[in-house]
Amino acid sequence: RRPTVKMKRVFLLEALSVACCVLLSQVTAKNSEDIRCKCICPPYRDIEGQIYKQNVSLKDCNCLHVVEPMPVDGKDVEAYCLRCECKYEERSSGTIKVTIIMYLSILGLLLLYMVYLTLLEPILKRRLFGHSQLIQSDDDVGDQQPFANAHNVLSRSHSRPNMLNKVEHAQQRWRRQVQEQRKSVFDRHVVLS
Amino acid sequence: MSQVLLSLYRKYAADRLRGFERMENPGYCSGSFDGLHHPSDDDDDDMVDIAGATLDFSSTDDVPPLSSGGYEEYSSSSRAAGMNGNGPAKLVDPLEDPVPGLGTYEDFNTIDWVREKSKDRDRHREITKKSRQSTVALLHSVSDAFSGWLLMLLVGLMSGALAGGIDIAAHWLTDMKDGVCLIGFWFNHEHCCWTSNETTFQERDRCPQWQSWGELITGTSEGAFAYIMNYLMYIFWALLFSFLAVTLVRAFAPYACGSGIPEIKTILSGFIIRGYLGKWTLIIKTITLVLAVSSGLSLGKEGPLVHVACCCANILCHLFTKYRKNEAKRREVLSAAAAVGVSVAFGAPIGGVLFSLEEVSYYFPLKTLWRSFFAALVAAFTLRSINPFGNSRLVLFYVEFHAPWHLVELAPFVLLGIFGGLWGALFIKANIAWCRIRKSTRLGHYPVTEVLVVAALTALLAYPNSYTRMSGAELISELFNDCSLLDSSQLCGYKQPTNTSETGVGNSLADRPAGEGLYTALWQLALALIFKMMITVITFGMKVPSGLFIPSMAVGAIAGRLLGVGMEQLAYYNHDWLIFKGWCSPGADCITPGLYAMVGAAACLGGVTRMTVSLVVIMFELTGGLEYIVPLMAATMTSKWVADAFGREGIYEAHIRLNGYPFLEPKEEFEHSSLAVDVMRPRRSDPALAVLTQEGMTVGEVETLVESTHYSGFPVVVSQESQRLVGFVLRRDLLISIDNARKRQEGIVSASQVVFTEHAPAQAPEAPPPLRLRGIMDLSPFTVTDHTPMDITVDIFRKLGLRQCLVTHNGRLLGIITKKDILKHMAQIANRDPDSILFN
Repeated sequence: RRPTVKMKRVFLLEALSVACCVLLSQVTAKNSEDIRCKCICPPYRDIEGQIYKQNVSLKDCNCLHVVEPMPVDGKDVEAYCLRCECKYEERSSGTIKVTIIMYLSILGLLLLYMVYLTLLEPILKRRLFGHSQLIQSDDDVGDQQPFANAHNVLSRSHSRPNMLNKVEHAQQRWRRQVQEQRKSVFDRHVVLS
Repeated sequence: MSQVLLSLYRKYAADRLRGFERMENPGYCSGSFDGLHHPSDDDDDDMVDIAGATLDFSSTDDVPPLSSGGYEEYSSSSRAAGMNGNGPAKLVDPLEDPVPGLGTYEDFNTIDWVREKSKDRDRHREITKKSRQSTVALLHSVSDAFSGWLLMLLVGLMSGALAGGIDIAAHWLTDMKDGVCLIGFWFNHEHCCWTSNETTFQERDRCPQWQSWGELITGTSEGAFAYIMNYLMYIFWALLFSFLAVTLVRAFAPYACGSGIPEIKTILSGFIIRGYLGKWTLIIKTITLVLAVSSGLSLGKEGPLVHVACCCANILCHLFTKYRKNEAKRREVLSAAAAVGVSVAFGAPIGGVLFSLEEVSYYFPLKTLWRSFFAALVAAFTLRSINPFGNSRLVLFYVEFHAPWHLVELAPFVLLGIFGGLWGALFIKANIAWCRIRKSTRLGHYPVTEVLVVAALTALLAYPNSYTRMSGAELISELFNDCSLLDSSQLCGYKQPTNTSETGVGNSLADRPAGEGLYTALWQLALALIFKMMITVITFGMKVPSGLFIPSMAVGAIAGRLLGVGMEQLAYYNHDWLIFKGWCSPGADCITPGLYAMVGAAACLGGVTRMTVSLVVIMFELTGGLEYIVPLMAATMTSKWVADAFGREGIYEAHIRLNGYPFLEPKEEFEHSSLAVDVMRPRRSDPALAVLTQEGMTVGEVETLVESTHYSGFPVVVSQESQRLVGFVLRRDLLISIDNARKRQEGIVSASQVVFTEHAPAQAPEAPPPLRLRGIMDLSPFTVTDHTPMDITVDIFRKLGLRQCLVTHNGRLLGIITKKDILKHMAQIANRDPDSILFN
């Protein structure tokens, strides 16, 4: 089993590096919309303050290129422009989009999983085993736990492929840990209060 | 860069792999070990094969389970030598533990730093010795030396990427409470109006692409109906986000709640909380942190980011044997990760390193300092390349002004320091009292309801006031801003100077009288101050991820800004006063309210956390205001003095104490004149110390002794009569070894002798073979004599990170002092309940 562990580590590192590369390319690939030069010009004489935004490169990011139309006449341009402040900014809308969509999908998956564990699973269990076994399994794990060990019951009667069993086993172990944590944090208040 | 490192590592892994295959002893049937494997741990590795080898779920558990992939490594070669008693048993070999599980710790226990460190030294020595023998071993030793830096690189990359994601998502979700972007729902308000030319000077963030909910529903942006719609939607989103956050925390990872810094401090001091830095905690903390921050609750993301970074480090530690198996080494990495957390939270790499040194870490050698420095650098670089704020800067609060300050202004700065100290002390008292109520009464049984009520209250009260409606970070950045001509916010609502003398080239303005807008802003700020002070007390410690930095900084920034504007007006109307004469003539820009806000923020944060150096560095990295180090230092120091006068402990220590974690505060002095004999167990009235003898006890007797007590370790003596000390055996090691021997070693029954000596004593020929356990015994336990003063003993415990220490009298074993005994003793001296120390 040792080789598989090592191989997995290698794969993990590979995956990480690929992810980094993807991320980097994401960041560097710039949309033309993603740069702007923003000039803020304060009120000048009787001219209101204005904000100008232009899609120009860094070297053109100054008042003369960006402020259009120029609100003052030729001789005042210099005085007006001295007061304006121009900032070159860039963003990566691709990164934003990917991040937000990724965030939402993870959140959605977690919510679905939570709903499945709290609502659907007890119903499924009841359908499969009827009432008597339900009570028995409730006795086993105590009724305070919202995620009862239904998988335990499920897997006990079905002979499934080995792999699936193992997933369930791991999942069940994880749940036991979570239950333990929940008890110590929320019920007994021994840690993290 | 990383590619090269990775390929190097791969090579190393492949080499090791070959090495192990060679080591595999064909004589042993691997099936015979299965009985030993704990069934629940057995499946870990296989689970991943299904998962497609993308993430190594098996070994990313918080603490390596008994079988995290390292069996064959040690089972083959050392078994015969270590256990069967042919030839002298070796001392615990660093690379080849005889039995899996030996040298690990139970949940909620303290580690023994000395043992862990010597284990690592042994391991290192072994590798160096081997490296002279072959090229493969040499490569192995090189990669082993290199693995620390590689790990730091990975931690930096991962934490930086996560922090960038959190920043982007939190911005977006915060703006979601106001409205939605029509050209792409994933844009936040600012990015929605990125290229729009409809923004005006007065309302710079309004553009038609961004629709508030009221606008979307009612069709108009004006009027009472739209306002009410906006108000309702704001409350709705706040409730929804906080509900999701608290239910996710409750369902998947209860350890993800709170700030995390008190626990990380305790963990770094050598405590074990399994699962606290695990993968589920990481996922849930990342996801719910965004929700909690966006829900408008008065909390920040800085403390939780430290926790997130530590989770990353802990998970990545499992890739490297050096760190996976050694709790002390892993804590070095976690120290560096704490630095990374602050580095990405504030964009302050150096401040992060100092934060780890000053506030979080327990053991911080120079090597860790350099590693933290490197990791903080990598993380800051990663964050910068993600560019979450869209302004190519690391930090949110960059200040543009560089106005000088005058010596006289030190007085108001010190005043702000006093305010910060008072607020800090008050906050700690109030928050701890509130948390105690939560912990001991029925309130603690309704975490979800509590969060919902507080969120509803916050949203209800916060929306009408524009300064509380915006997020904490936004508020601080607005308060830090100086009013130049470019600003049009309410805070800059000064009366326009009558003669528009266009002399000033820059955009800084002379002091001006306050106008209508500023007065409105001032009383709104005053209300916001009271609100923030109240709500933060009950928010911190709720069962959602919640940091403290931003709220306390916000309180200080509001107070500072108020004082700053007050000073400015005072100076404007009283130029001729003695104190203003000479430096604040009419028409000069002498007082910068933004600077006062900065100083106030530092003072309040200092009062709450009691940081000094790291806080000042964080503040100037955060604002870029290098000129203001002295004001910041003055305010922070005053704040620490004032706060310390009311109570020595910062908020994190107070929470550690509230929870009863075994944390030996390195800053506190021990002044009582007690002796070791007063603290040790057993007390005079207690039964004698439970000891093992080095020979003559049977397995059955040992088991009975272990079962009948609950001690975590047993001294081994020469004989019951002489009580002379031989060594120390940990309960867990003892149980595992006996259990293992009963299963795997032939002839071990209850009547077998347990032998701790080097050579087995002569026995009757028909007696069952003895069980040799010298290998698991610590032959160099720390001892003090019974008349050692406790202050020295406490120092030994602190500096060496001991877990227990034996007390002798004239060479005879007398008793034992554990870390818990010392903590209880200290609690007793300080007139606290000694039973408040809960864990070993």
